[in-house]
Amino acid sequence: MSITISGISFSYGERLILDNVSATAEEGQLLSVVGPNGVGKSTLFYCILGLLNGFRGQIKINGDDTRELGIKEMAQLVAYIPQSHYPSFNFSVFDMVLMGTSHQVSSVSVPGKKQAVLVEAAAERLGIAHLRDRGYTQISGGERQLVLIARALVQQTRILILDEPTANLDFGNQILVLTQIKSLARDGYTIIQSTHNPEQTFMFSDRVLALYNGKVLASGAPSDIVTEELMRKLYGVDIKVQSLFQDKVRVCVPTVVVEDNHHQSGFE
Amino acid sequence: MERSNKRGRFSYSSIILGLGVALIVIIILSFFLGRYPITPSELFGIIFSKIFPIKQFWLDQMETIVFNVRLPRIMLACLIGCCLSAAGASYQGIFQNPMAAPNILGATAGAAFGAALAILNEGNYLTIMLSAFFFSLLTVAIVYLVSKRAKGSKLLGLILSGIIVSSLFAAGTLFIKLVADPSDELPAITYWLMGSLSGATRKTVAMVLVPMAVGLVPMFLVRWRINVLTLGDDEARTMGINSTQLRLLIITCATLVTAASVSVSGMIGWVGLVVPHLSRRLVGNNYRHLMPASMLVGAVFMLIVDNVSRNLLQTEIPIGILTAFVGAPFFVYLITRRGEVY
Repeated sequence: MSITISGISFSYGERLILDNVSATAEEGQLLSVVGPNGVGKSTLFYCILGLLNGFRGQIKINGDDTRELGIKEMAQLVAYIPQSHYPSFNFSVFDMVLMGTSHQVSSVSVPGKKQAVLVEAAAERLGIAHLRDRGYTQISGGERQLVLIARALVQQTRILILDEPTANLDFGNQILVLTQIKSLARDGYTIIQSTHNPEQTFMFSDRVLALYNGKVLASGAPSDIVTEELMRKLYGVDIKVQSLFQDKVRVCVPTVVVEDNHHQSGFE
Repeated sequence: MERSNKRGRFSYSSIILGLGVALIVIIILSFFLGRYPITPSELFGIIFSKIFPIKQFWLDQMETIVFNVRLPRIMLACLIGCCLSAAGASYQGIFQNPMAAPNILGATAGAAFGAALAILNEGNYLTIMLSAFFFSLLTVAIVYLVSKRAKGSKLLGLILSGIIVSSLFAAGTLFIKLVADPSDELPAITYWLMGSLSGATRKTVAMVLVPMAVGLVPMFLVRWRINVLTLGDDEARTMGINSTQLRLLIITCATLVTAASVSVSGMIGWVGLVVPHLSRRLVGNNYRHLMPASMLVGAVFMLIVDNVSRNLLQTEIPIGILTAFVGAPFFVYLITRRGEVY
């Protein structure tokens, strides 16, 4: 399933947040949206999800205009994975994942065995089956993120949208979560995620969309985007990009650190 | 470790079943309480004579007391406890706020104003109820609309507009008391505001039963979906739930049952806040179990409190006073207890 964004513009009152943004995510692709804070990444996602409707341009999923799809139809096509959060009430991990089945269950009914089976399978897939009966607010941030991904799998959509899935996670959990996301893309899911870390973007994405001031600054393969010039434009600081392991990894280092001799001597 | 469908050795379903059994036992015991003594054999004789031909061995007076005094009162206590608790649990879910309750959202203050206004205008039972209902819905609507326009945190906006609108209507009620005739209207309003079930008759029960059923049934049926709403509108929408519609439905139902309760019993506070929290301790936060548990715990709680209210002293203690005496310390215990954080 593919998703095509053509010429999306969105403004809050006078302020233009998105300006003629276009992008495509193909089946089995992991598209990362990068850019500084407040650049419109979340707004773009809200437009795709149908949570914001006052945008110009068009978003098509498998050729269908999203504006013509109802809430339930959208939920059958696209699942949203927010940043791991603390809800007002503590639900068990099982109950939390089960909520992903909402669109399959009649309004006046409760989920049954069929839905429970989906939950068990998704939990198994993401390696969180042992957390089944724990409280969602009592597990780690990385585990909470995996729970939310499991909830999206239970929703049985082929498109996943993740809002900074590694924000607020420690290093190990970031890698754990990104590995799972990448493996979902390999299984044929179409995935769009926003991210802050250029190194991880390079390692895990298939395509990258760089947004700056609401406009598309660049888009393409990670090797075309994670470059010294683009990183400087995007984040407004001088960055050295070093290629390692036959360009499997690129390391981004602030120029001020590698070229400042005084700085170095300060560590001795 | 907390199990998703269990608490200790008991599954949530069996806890709910246990609560149902407890309710039935307490209902039966409540028939024996009162100034006029009735023995168990007399009680069962009176009840079963309606179904089986049993030769009357009790006084006609006893039958009147059972069917016209104690039965309506017991039913009303159960219904009101059930309604206020279900409304409280629902409000907490849809406003994503553990502190939400009929009192906080202005539903009770509005109903009180409406009833006082009707008493001032020499209204009968029906007009008191209709007026209470109308103003209760009006208050919640105002609170909801004001909070939607409030800047900043939505949850804080809701609580704040609840406080604002509640105190406005409370001032209105005070003004009505000021101009009310001190010989008959003022005592009627004052006593009514304290909350009491002493006016229970078969007619009042029949009157409130309809609006209560109309509100309770949808709340029970959509209970599982309230879980998803507690995560916020955006997240709920992406999971295929029309959050605006569902929220509106639940607000209307919860306000309807609150108004129906307040219109016959006056101001009974704390139940809508304390009972859902007690129920959360018993069956967890999943509304699939929380909703029926809150309804049953509410009925049990209110029936016990009402039994105390009519039997503790020679004169009846208004039930609103007792629920506050029980509710306030209990809530202090709940929020200071170690364990789950709200």
